[in-house]
Amino acid sequence: MIQADLSVILPEIILALYAMAALLGAVYTGKDNLASTLVWSTSGLMAALALWIGTSGEGTHEAFGGMFIDDGFARFAKVAILLSASAVLIMGQEYMSRRGMLRFEYPILVALSAVGMMMMVSAGDLMSLYMGLELQSLALYVVASMRRDSAKSTEAGLKYFVLGALSSGLLLYGASLVYGFAGTTKFSGIIEVAQHGEISVGMLFGIVLLISGLGFKVSAVPFHMWTPDVYEGAPTPVTAFFASAPKVAAMGLFARVMHDAFGHAVSDWSQVVAVLSLLSMFVGAVAAIGQRDIKRLMAYSSIAHMGYALMGLAAGTQMGVEAMLVYMAIYVSMNIGTFAFILMLQKDGQPVTDIQALNQYSRREPGKALAVLVLLFSLAGVPPMLGFFGKLYVLRAAYEAGLAWLAIAGVVASVIGAFYYLRIVYYMYFGEESEDLDRSTSPVLWVFLMGSAAVMVLGIINMFGVDGAAAAAAATLVN
Amino acid sequence: MDNLLSIVTFIPAAAAAIMALLMRGEDAAAQRNAKWLALLATSITFLVSLGIYAQFDPANTGFQFLEERDWVFGLKYKMGVDGISVLFVMLTTFVMPLTILASWGVTTRVKEYMIAFLLLETLMLGVFMALDLVLFYMFFEAGLIPMFLIIGIWGGKERIYASFKFFLYTLLGSVLMLVAMVAMYADAGTTDIETLLSHSFSAASFDVLGIHVVGGMQTLMFLAFFASFAVKMPMWPVHTWLPDAHVQAPTAGSVVLAAILLKMGGYGFLRFSLPMFPVGTEVMTDVILWMSAIAVVYTSLVAMVQEDMKKLIAYSSVAHMGFVTMGIFSANQQGIDGAIFQMLSHGFISAALFLCVGVIYDRMHTREIDAYGGLVIRMPAFALIFMFFTMGNVGLPGTSGFVGEFLTLMGAFQKNTWVAAVAASGVIFSACYALWLYRRVVFGDLIKGSLKTIQDMDTRERFIFAPLVVMTILLGVYPSLITDIISPSTEALIANFNQSLAAADTSAATQIASH
Repeated sequence: MIQADLSVILPEIILALYAMAALLGAVYTGKDNLASTLVWSTSGLMAALALWIGTSGEGTHEAFGGMFIDDGFARFAKVAILLSASAVLIMGQEYMSRRGMLRFEYPILVALSAVGMMMMVSAGDLMSLYMGLELQSLALYVVASMRRDSAKSTEAGLKYFVLGALSSGLLLYGASLVYGFAGTTKFSGIIEVAQHGEISVGMLFGIVLLISGLGFKVSAVPFHMWTPDVYEGAPTPVTAFFASAPKVAAMGLFARVMHDAFGHAVSDWSQVVAVLSLLSMFVGAVAAIGQRDIKRLMAYSSIAHMGYALMGLAAGTQMGVEAMLVYMAIYVSMNIGTFAFILMLQKDGQPVTDIQALNQYSRREPGKALAVLVLLFSLAGVPPMLGFFGKLYVLRAAYEAGLAWLAIAGVVASVIGAFYYLRIVYYMYFGEESEDLDRSTSPVLWVFLMGSAAVMVLGIINMFGVDGAAAAAAATLVN
Repeated sequence: MDNLLSIVTFIPAAAAAIMALLMRGEDAAAQRNAKWLALLATSITFLVSLGIYAQFDPANTGFQFLEERDWVFGLKYKMGVDGISVLFVMLTTFVMPLTILASWGVTTRVKEYMIAFLLLETLMLGVFMALDLVLFYMFFEAGLIPMFLIIGIWGGKERIYASFKFFLYTLLGSVLMLVAMVAMYADAGTTDIETLLSHSFSAASFDVLGIHVVGGMQTLMFLAFFASFAVKMPMWPVHTWLPDAHVQAPTAGSVVLAAILLKMGGYGFLRFSLPMFPVGTEVMTDVILWMSAIAVVYTSLVAMVQEDMKKLIAYSSVAHMGFVTMGIFSANQQGIDGAIFQMLSHGFISAALFLCVGVIYDRMHTREIDAYGGLVIRMPAFALIFMFFTMGNVGLPGTSGFVGEFLTLMGAFQKNTWVAAVAASGVIFSACYALWLYRRVVFGDLIKGSLKTIQDMDTRERFIFAPLVVMTILLGVYPSLITDIISPSTEALIANFNQSLAAADTSAATQIASH
């Protein structure tokens, strides 16, 4: 029995054991000298695990009496999480080592948070949900303040920690209410009690508090306040990490809880999620207009994007989950390219985040500027880039679920949002001449930037099969 | 060749890809190569597209040269042309080599400039050929990106404002259409335009937020599509982006904008609004006819007081597009034939007018009308060409401009006499502003010192105008060249439209009877 259980969570165990072994090994040997080796090995291991999970594994397996579920949905999310974490880790290596920030803890913490994320998307019980969430969050609090000598970075870590703790509190309170009224912490038990129309007021409070807690993690408005500060304060590679894997994990967990535990009471929560989605799209679009710092801008951009992903979730249908998964996959691939670009920006060896520094970038680096142009239009959801398909999916899901008003609001917000992406294009292509930025020589960043842009263009041919995988994944979650 | 349409569409894109990936450097040789490659690619596209024209069977009212492949998300990659779209394809391939020739004087970022135009051509051709809603939308919207860059990088002083206004204005119009497309997909279960043409969307009235919507879903969908096409067209009162965009765009950008991009709106009405939402169209017809009449008169009056040549021609474009919408929504044979004719003819004439402005702008670097006068003394050839196209713009019989205006007025007269009467006065106004412009720029004494040394058109410039002159006269004296091709398709469109309306009336009657 225990053997069967262990075989289901083997990937998580491997990654966790690796992280602990690496920690011990590094502490007793070379410490920070080992850091770049660890980055490569962690990243390699995560990519290998992603490949393994993606190619093997069929059907649905439960472990530990339903606490841990390994199904198509979890596998899809895990592949996205591991691949993006692995990519971001490699991208940031050069940036951090040049500034003496590359400590051996960094890859290990990322690996541990990845374990937490894998737990989150596989959770089948409120307990395992919380375990995964906290493992992830604690690792992230620490990496946010990696740069110990910078006030901003420390502030970011502290802010993230305090607000994260608050959200965990809300989530726990919600979980305890749900447990109290359902009599069980298992999703499969809760769903029996939480039938449509017979949901008790206490349970309803529980759901709302759970959604609030999860809203913090996906940085949905009105629980988004920490995002811009943390994005700005954290070292850029860490910001890139925040903007990718944890978002997928949080959205995956969101979908998991809503469908596995409350799948029979969709009408009770879909309105709440729809409002979160609406607010996120508009606040993300409008607040980003005033930003001059590209990291803060990307923070608001991610808030807006979470709004669109939540639109898929708000639909409360299989189509909606599929749309959300496709959206997140596309979003993560765009973000990796965009952050590869942000990592390249430096002047006299110092990182630059002011978008005005991009003036006439296209003259100096036409190839990279073109790639960024593609990514920005993709982020804005303008066809023919892949980002448009993400929007199309969620719009259709929302419309078919009777949320036409949300779909209309979403497209209007996307026009507002297009403005600030266009402004970056404006600086790059139409701006005044200004002093040069350093020429980036990093081949790794170049590969990620160009690769991501190429995916945005070539992906429209067949989306590399992601749509089919997402459809299959959604089918296992929604029943 | 069973994928002729795709070949035509993607030749320019392939050339753009070659330029982007293989051509390096910014020196004179690289610039020359880029220009020649662009000219070669657009010319080949035109030659190949002649194959479409030659093999096209006007008697067949269905779609021809069909191509179909499965795509993601249940969508299809489906291309085809019918009598309505084939001539727009030809117009595009015809105008593009001339645009490239007109840009021979560009010196900054030549490679990027040519890439932008080549991509734009692919996207414009795609719009006229796509037979899948989402494919259409992709081409339709994607065209904004190169145009945004063309205005923003190579434009005039206020180019930033103009490019942002252009992009956001048209994007806002289009996204509503996207929602309607999603609704159509949900309702009909397909995005195939050929199937959707025979699908009848529900026209049962209902209430939205306390407002009674006559025609129900059809009216709402019509309005969503209308938001997009009316901005693109552009119709009064959402035309304000056009003068800004035209004034700031480089000459070639203005030419493409006026000759082809504006036609997408009219094409959209004919492809989607009329055949797919007949009840919605019927509900809105009177409003749109009056909007068109107002557009014709109002923008003609506005054109009269302009001091900038390009702005004047831009407003005259809006006025001419007013005739087009008037013709389309008359929903009869003369009206629709006239509208298509007017669009094609405007494609030649407005392109030529913008090129004329470009000729003197290249020499004097100003578009102020007051900065000119007496050009006929130094530039007789230019004066002649400009005179010819001014007359075409006014709608002088014998030029193609006359046929379009006459047919649309005739169509509108049958539908709504008052609208036709008001719009007809626009013809007089157009003569006023066009002739007055000509008088101020070309006639009079040559007193401005800066004009004393101005040179007449060179061979390249003459060569650009020659095909446009030929087409304007040819279509003016032999209009059946066009009407023979479009009539069978428009006839089918109108028959279909009336039939759907009749069917909707009957079902509405039975609904009332059963209550």
